[in-house]
Formats: sequence, structure tokens, C-alpha cells
Amino acid sequence: MTEALLFKDIDEPGLATLEVYAKRGGYESLRKALATTPEDVLAQLEASGLRGRGGAGFAMGKKVSFLPKGTIDKYLVCNADESEPGTFKDRELMQKSPHMLIEGLVIASYAAGATRSFIYIRGEYVHQADVLDAALAEATAAGYIAENILGSGHSLSLVVHRGAGAYICGEETGLLDSLEGKRGNPRLKPPFPANQGLYQGPTLINNVETLATVPAIIRLGGEQYAKLGTETSKGTKLVSVSGHVQKPGNYEIELGTSSREIIYGLAGGPPPGREVKCWFPGGSSSPVLKAEDLDIPYDFESMAKAGSMLGSGAIIVVDDSTPILDVALKVAKFYRHESCGKCTPCREGTNWTVKMLERIDEGTATPMDIEIMASVQEHIIGNCLCVLGDAMAMPIGSLIAKFRDEFEDHIEAARVRNGLGAGVGPEGDSGMPQTTLAAGVGG
Amino acid sequence: MNPELRADIEAHMALYPDSRSAALPALEAAQRVHGWCSPEAIEQVAEVMGVTPAYLAAVATFYDMLETEPVGKHSIYVCANISCSLRGADALHAAVSEAAGDDPNFNVRSFECLGACDIAPMASVDGVFVGPLTLEDVPRLLDDTRAGRPVLPDKQLSTRLVADPHANSREFPAHPIEAGSTTDASGGGVSASAQTPPAESIGADGA
Repeated sequence: MTEALLFKDIDEPGLATLEVYAKRGGYESLRKALATTPEDVLAQLEASGLRGRGGAGFAMGKKVSFLPKGTIDKYLVCNADESEPGTFKDRELMQKSPHMLIEGLVIASYAAGATRSFIYIRGEYVHQADVLDAALAEATAAGYIAENILGSGHSLSLVVHRGAGAYICGEETGLLDSLEGKRGNPRLKPPFPANQGLYQGPTLINNVETLATVPAIIRLGGEQYAKLGTETSKGTKLVSVSGHVQKPGNYEIELGTSSREIIYGLAGGPPPGREVKCWFPGGSSSPVLKAEDLDIPYDFESMAKAGSMLGSGAIIVVDDSTPILDVALKVAKFYRHESCGKCTPCREGTNWTVKMLERIDEGTATPMDIEIMASVQEHIIGNCLCVLGDAMAMPIGSLIAKFRDEFEDHIEAARVRNGLGAGVGPEGDSGMPQTTLAAGVGG
Repeated sequence: MNPELRADIEAHMALYPDSRSAALPALEAAQRVHGWCSPEAIEQVAEVMGVTPAYLAAVATFYDMLETEPVGKHSIYVCANISCSLRGADALHAAVSEAAGDDPNFNVRSFECLGACDIAPMASVDGVFVGPLTLEDVPRLLDDTRAGRPVLPDKQLSTRLVADPHANSREFPAHPIEAGSTTDASGGGVSASAQTPPAESIGADGA
């Protein structure tokens, strides 16, 4: 990669202020975009090949084009509810370069014909929301969020809306309900938000990083931007690397970079003497990959071909010091906590998965429980209004498939500890005290 | 009811095409005044917003940051999700809980991913993110919070440079502590910003 697009000099003091951002050419892309037609801007977005950076990877230009034309009230919502475990890239962008997001949002609203916009930021990001509010005040005073922006005829309002702690509000329709002041329950789709979203109006929903990339696309031109990355995964991507690596943090990479280069080259790999046991390539919702998959290029297609997904671009590395059961339990407990409870397969499936994993840990499970647990995952996938249940079922299913031996060993070892070793039937369980193992994870 | 709270809620309601969108900010504002979403707090919000208390109670119970039981004044959320737990979050949470004991000033909770896995294991102390934390940091964390000082100034996320060694083409100092990063003492952050926190090993060694 020649030059960082989103992270270039991201730590420059004062970058969060309009003064410094403007000195670096900030809002020039907005001027350039407003000098052309919305159709021209849309054409640039489509030419760039930019795919959504929030998780689903849907082509951004196409998403914009789905909105109905005409004078009907349209909304633009920026999804800043970054809650996928392992993901913290949007936080860094919003905190350090809020005007880049606002500029991208205004340009996108121009292309989509949206006149009201909202940034839904998770409530835990207190500091980042304060930074955004300050940047919004500056952008409003400068006439970038205004009636008739820079004489273009395009008008836009923007509200920074703070959530209050709910993973499901990162799901786009759960987010819309939450933004309407309700419990964040996902909606039945269709209708899709492009037709019927916020306040029943056509709504474009984009992730922070997606919108923050827009100024760079306008500056470079869509075709030039599309030269970065691979054939189907264009551009650069922010990757959050965490877990067992020596230099956890955010890195901007060109899509298609080898995963090994990201995990070892940039993030330093696991501590000395330890090996990668498995890694989540796209947040805790993505099926895990193993050490033998480290040379796979990090892009949408390659990750899908490997049976996983790029997701939000959050790599979580687990090294060989951690029992796989601990990983599965942490992941399953999270989704149990965050399930909104609306759909039975997700509400019950997450709960029973946790119970079965706890049984394995306590030494009261039999190998048959592994089969049952695997089948529970299969019955969740595709059977709910949203993908929260799938988001547990996919990684848990992959952990069972790829580490079945370790689950079986864990069951046997725990049973032996409880005096229920091989040959002792489950009937013998009754009356046995349940031993809770210390849940110490890693180091 | 508190006239400032009423004005705050009304200002939020004015921001949206449908004033009901202000439910979350309004409940948060009421929680700041009352300490939690008490029946009284919810009734006040309901009166200003013109919705039923039951509606708001249903909303409040959905969100982790809205407290539906009385809690201590200082919220300490210890992230216990996967990335933090791989780096010792469970032991950290146990240590913070034990050190806080039954001090009614503290609301210690184990929390789902707070979006700061780069400083794992970490905690959010009244909204200020600090990490990576060791067990040795726990007494100072509680002392700072109790005294209303900026919490662990050398470990605040807001001072941290990006990890990517290719991001910055020039050298930048770590960010000074923001004035808002104090717990509740006004202006306490100013003196703290004079201390330059030691740069962590955050990729400055790029090469």
C-alpha cells in the first residue's frame, strides 16, 4: 500500500478540529462533489467498488441506488453502534477524525437525496460522542450541515444519537427501532430500509468506516480508488487485531494482504513460545480459522471461500495456551446476553448452547451432547428475523467441527475429575456434586 | 420536577421528526439526575414526553446502561468479552469487585465488549476508557475515582496513538488528556494533561 487513506497522520494534534482538518484539505471533496450532480457522485461510488465496512460487505453504490428517487423525505443513518466483539476501528476514526466521517456523510446524503441524517453511536463511546458533537457544531457553523449547503441547493440536518448499551442495535433494523425510541428489536425484512426504514421513510444505512472512505473516493476518483485491493474487494480496510498478539490495535491494510502479514507482520503475532490455535477473521460472529489458514489473503472473497467471513474486519487471535471450551463459552454467553428474545431459535438456542457448554466444563456431559449442540446450531441458522442467532451458531459450529477432539477430551477429563470416568454411564450422574471449574482464561 | 431536566428532555425531543425518538437520551438524562431509572425518574420523563411510564419502563429494561435498580454513583464496567478475557479480564473483574467490596459509591459490572480490545484488559470508569490494566492498577483506579481525580491518567485510551506503524508519516506526541476525561471533578484534567504519559509499545518501532 502506498499511502494510508483513512489513517494518514491520524494522530496529528487537533485533527478533530475543523481548523486542522481543513488545513489538510478537509471538505474539499465535499466541494468537488457538490459541483457535480448527485448522479455523478453515485457513479463515482459505484465505480469505486466500495463495499460496506460494517459486516455484510454490500456494495455501497448499489445500496444508495436502491433509494427511491423524487422529493419524498429520505434519511441517512450512520451505524456507529460498533459492538461486534473484537471491533474498535470506528472508535478510532470517530475520536480522531470526526470531520472525515461528517464530510463523507454529507457527500453520501447528496448522492442519496437524503435531507435528514443521524449518527447512532453506542452509548459506551462517551468520549467519541462528545468529539462528534463538537465536530458537528463546527460543521454546522461552517455551513456544511445546513440549508442549501455551499449554495448547492442540497440541505441536511444531522443529530448524534447515543445508544444505551445493546449489541442488537448494531443490526440495522434493531437500530432503527432504537432510534425511534423503542426497544431495539429487529424488524421483519422485507420491506428493506431502503424502501421503508426510519419513520417508515426510505433510509440509507452505512457504517462509519464506509462513510469515512467516501471523501477519499471523491478525491481520487472512483476508478483510481478501485485500483487498490483485489478484483472484488476494492480499497483499503481498517483491521482491528486483538487477543493473543503482541501489538493489538488498528491497522489500515490494502484488501488482499495476507492474513499472516496482518497477524504476525503488523500485530507481532502471539507472545514468544506460543502458536496460533485459531483466529476469528471478522469479529466473534465469524467461523474460526486455524493456523494453516494464515496465508489466505484478507479480503471478502477469500475469507468466504475459506468458510468464514471478513465481517467487520476484526481479527481475534487465540493462542495454544487457551482451552477451546473457554473460547466457546465466552462467545456463547455473549450472544445469550444480547439476544433480544423475539425469535425462539435464537432466544432458546443461545441459552441451551451455554448450558451444554457448562455441562461439558462441569463434567456432567456425555459425547452425545456435542452432537446435540451441533444440531442446535444448525437449527438456529436462517430461522430468525435477524442474524444474531446465526452469529453465535456459525462460530460455535465451526469450533465444534474443527476442535471436536478437544471437546471430547474436555468432557472425558472433567468426568474423570468427577469420578465419572470412561465406562460410567450417565445414570451414575445423579446425586454427584457439580464441580465448577475455575474459569481462568489465558494469562 | 427539576426544571433543567425538563428543559434537557424537551431539547432532545425537538431534534427529531417524532419526539418519541428522544426516549433514550431522555432516560439517560433522568438517570444522571436521579442516579438510576427509578419509578419517579420514569414518571417525570413520561410526563414531559407524553408517553406512559410503562412504555418507558419497557425501553429502560432493554438497555444495559439504563439502571433499573439503585446503583452506586461511579460506574465501573470491566469488559469481560473474548479479547479482554484472553488477556486476564476475569481475574481483573474479580479483583475490582473485591476491592470495591460493598462500598455504595461503586457500581462494578462485568460488561460485554466495550470496543477497546487494543487496550485489553480494560474498563470504562464513568465513561472513561482505561487499559491495559494489571491487578496492581486496581487500588489506584478506585482511589482516583473516589477522589474525583482523572482516573489512571497514564492509561487512558484517549492518549493513545494508533497502532498502525504506517499511519503517521510524522512523529506526533501522545494526545493530551481531554478536559472531559475527569470523573466528576471540574477542571481536574488540566493539571493532568501536563504529564506526558509514557508511550506504550504501540508500533512506534514500526520498521
